[in-house]
Amino acid sequence: MKSAVLVFPGINRERDMARALRLASGQEPAMIWHAETSLPKGIDLVVAPGGFSYGDYLRCGAIAARSPVMDAVRGFAADGGLVLGVCNGFQILCESGLLPGVLMRNAQLKFICHDVHLRIERSDTPFTRGYNAGQVIRVPVAHGEGNYEADEETLKRLEGEGRVLYRYCSSDGAIDERANVNGAAHSIAGIVNERGNVLGLMPHPENHVEDIMGCTDGRGLFAGLVAHLERAA
Amino acid sequence: MKARVTVTLKSSILDPQGKAIEGALKSLGVDGVASVRQGKVFDIELSDTDKAKAEAALKAAADKLLANTVIENYRVELL
Repeated sequence: MKSAVLVFPGINRERDMARALRLASGQEPAMIWHAETSLPKGIDLVVAPGGFSYGDYLRCGAIAARSPVMDAVRGFAADGGLVLGVCNGFQILCESGLLPGVLMRNAQLKFICHDVHLRIERSDTPFTRGYNAGQVIRVPVAHGEGNYEADEETLKRLEGEGRVLYRYCSSDGAIDERANVNGAAHSIAGIVNERGNVLGLMPHPENHVEDIMGCTDGRGLFAGLVAHLERAA
Repeated sequence: MKARVTVTLKSSILDPQGKAIEGALKSLGVDGVASVRQGKVFDIELSDTDKAKAEAALKAAADKLLANTVIENYRVELL
């Protein structure tokens, strides 16, 4: 798997992401500065990592979403390339129009930084094939604006088309308001676009990939992407 | 020419920040506050002196960047 990690001013999780990608694929990801107007040839996956691009000025991800490299990312996604946005990366993908909806201030108005449980809603996608449907994984969140909202029509479509891949849940997989850490509509933690090749995910799977991190539940996402690409090749 | 773009949350969108401000005003003893919704104001100086052109430019600015029209409305004023 040849991957590229986008680097915007103010991003701070790009090295965690690069490490997880290297671990899963055995290949060094390309680090792509936001001012670039093209992506390297032969890339399989583009990742918008977490952090605070442009200090969250205006709206989270708003300025980064309008940087030159995002035109190349839109073209890449239109050609069917895989795109993953984590945390601020998810916000950037929503602001860039690659994903519907918006990530609003957490309902409790607090920055949250702890482990959460996520339920995998289906396993037949490039972004979840490393897991089983219904499986519960534990990964960290670290955000102040992760409350996913969209209009009723959009939510209905997301649910009807099976595009909610990750949902906040309790440790036994139950979906309830207590486990919904930021108040997101339908407990949504991660969604894909209509074509299924762009995933936005609020929590940080890249921070649970090695034994030293205390948990390796995040590995499945990256291993699944590698397996998907190997099968496609 | 000076202009102002005001961006506010659509009425259907919950505004937890506005709610918190409303609560703070009440705890300060400011009387008669029924509810608060917060937003953003952009004061913009335009080099163009043509009104129609200026309005078109401001609308483009709001649509492309200043507002996220999924959740926000905006109002453009030439001052």
